[in-house]
Amino acid sequence: MAYSDKVIDHYENPRNVGSFDKSDDAVGTGMVGAPACGDVMKLQIKVGADGRIEDARFKTYGCGSAIASSSLVTEWVKGKTLEQATTIKNTQIAHELSLPPVKIHCSILAEDAIKAAVADYRKKHGENVEEKKKVA
Amino acid sequence: MRLPVYLDYSATTPVDPRVAGKMIPYLTEFFGNAASRSHAFGWKAEEAVEEARGHVAALINADPKEIVWTSGATEGNNLAIKGAANFYKTKGKHIITQKTEHKAVLDTCRELERHGFEVTYLEVDSNGLVSLEKLKAALRPDTILVSIMMVNNEIGVVQPVWEIGELCRAKGIIFHCDAVQGGGRIEIDVQKFKVDLLTLTAHKMYGPKGIGALYVRRKPRVRIEAQIHGGGHERGFRSGTLATHQIVGFGEAARLAKAEMASENVRIRALRDRLFKGIRGIEEAYVNGDLEKRIPHNLNVSFNFVEGESLIMAVKDLAVSSGSACTSASLEPSYVLRALGRSDELAHSSIRFTLGRFTTEEEIDFTIDLIKRKVEKLRDLSPLWEMHKEGIDLSTVQWAAH
Repeated sequence: MAYSDKVIDHYENPRNVGSFDKSDDAVGTGMVGAPACGDVMKLQIKVGADGRIEDARFKTYGCGSAIASSSLVTEWVKGKTLEQATTIKNTQIAHELSLPPVKIHCSILAEDAIKAAVADYRKKHGENVEEKKKVA
Repeated sequence: MRLPVYLDYSATTPVDPRVAGKMIPYLTEFFGNAASRSHAFGWKAEEAVEEARGHVAALINADPKEIVWTSGATEGNNLAIKGAANFYKTKGKHIITQKTEHKAVLDTCRELERHGFEVTYLEVDSNGLVSLEKLKAALRPDTILVSIMMVNNEIGVVQPVWEIGELCRAKGIIFHCDAVQGGGRIEIDVQKFKVDLLTLTAHKMYGPKGIGALYVRRKPRVRIEAQIHGGGHERGFRSGTLATHQIVGFGEAARLAKAEMASENVRIRALRDRLFKGIRGIEEAYVNGDLEKRIPHNLNVSFNFVEGESLIMAVKDLAVSSGSACTSASLEPSYVLRALGRSDELAHSSIRFTLGRFTTEEEIDFTIDLIKRKVEKLRDLSPLWEMHKEGIDLSTVQWAAH
């Protein structure tokens, strides 16, 4: 199948590959997907003292679109607050990478990965995630 | 060396230039209809068709009268299975096949189920082979047809079809064998092999696409009901004007296969073993299917913790196929690998390398190097590989399925 140039670029030169120490207090880790479905994404965010995401890392098992989607969101979340990061929508990711309909699930997974990483960070810091949602 | 390197000979083979050379005059010069009895154009075409029939028959040591031209393997399998089932349905309505057959067999059986036939789909063992014991246990008094392939298209394993033929003959059950991946690669002798119906196709043996043959045994006589009507060509088995140039191509391909198979297999086996030696050193790489009972042309390997489609993308300088059908909307891994009991991760991570007549040592060495580098690169990207390295058993992880 034909991939867009942006997918190929992220796939061949993935940004921010790697891992942070999961136990670091400043790190939130999100792991979504399942091997049975053919893709697993791990997204980690490092949150600075000012509450903004100062760095991000990912590792992804999946097709080129899944790798590109996660690579892209590591770039997008940097500099954002947790609130702002969770507003990133899968449709924005799919649009940016020109994903075909059969690959939309990759962008959904990337969106879920951000939410999972943020939720993990908040949990570590004793924030009640459910309440936070209501406020938002 | 030309890129990409073609290692997908089980999907299709290039037409051998010697074959193409034989075909061309039958497009432009000797273009007659083989059914035209009234002039030299027709006689010339008929002569060429019969010469080709002789070559295809010789490849499997059959009588030329036992060869029926078809449009290819899918039609051949449809004609054999539907044709025999419909002819013998008054004797019984039970058919036996197995789960890793090609879709041309499986979907045909499903269609027969909709018409009141009952089909047993045998499980295969973890090496991909059908067990004779399981087959024996599945036989019933109303079993009329058994259809088991000779060589699996994905993993290249050779089924015990010779033993199955003996068993079916002893019980008076019709035995159909899809030998599409075996034709020209394995010696087939229908004087010894007790098969009743056998499917072949030209484009897996350096002939053109769009032409195949069904062997229909005459002694003891096997009957099938025609599926395509209109003119009674091919002694009523398959109507339609014969594609002379295609048939000539198939005939020449079969003649070359018979002459060169033995030496070609030695060369291809050496290349396959070289490939295997080159990539077996990669950690967590598993060969799918039995290594011994296998054609020398095939190597199907799962690279654990690497997803198949991304690997295919990484090795775009190789024309290979993946067992993962992730490109389709279903996201289902290969049903063949699943039938072997492979885990989802392994089924999703497989690559099928199939070698052939024009594969070179240089291409194999290039392949080994590329696979090694790209598997390493993708594992550096893989959270599953990281977890594996941390000693986590992935089967114990609760995944957030989506």
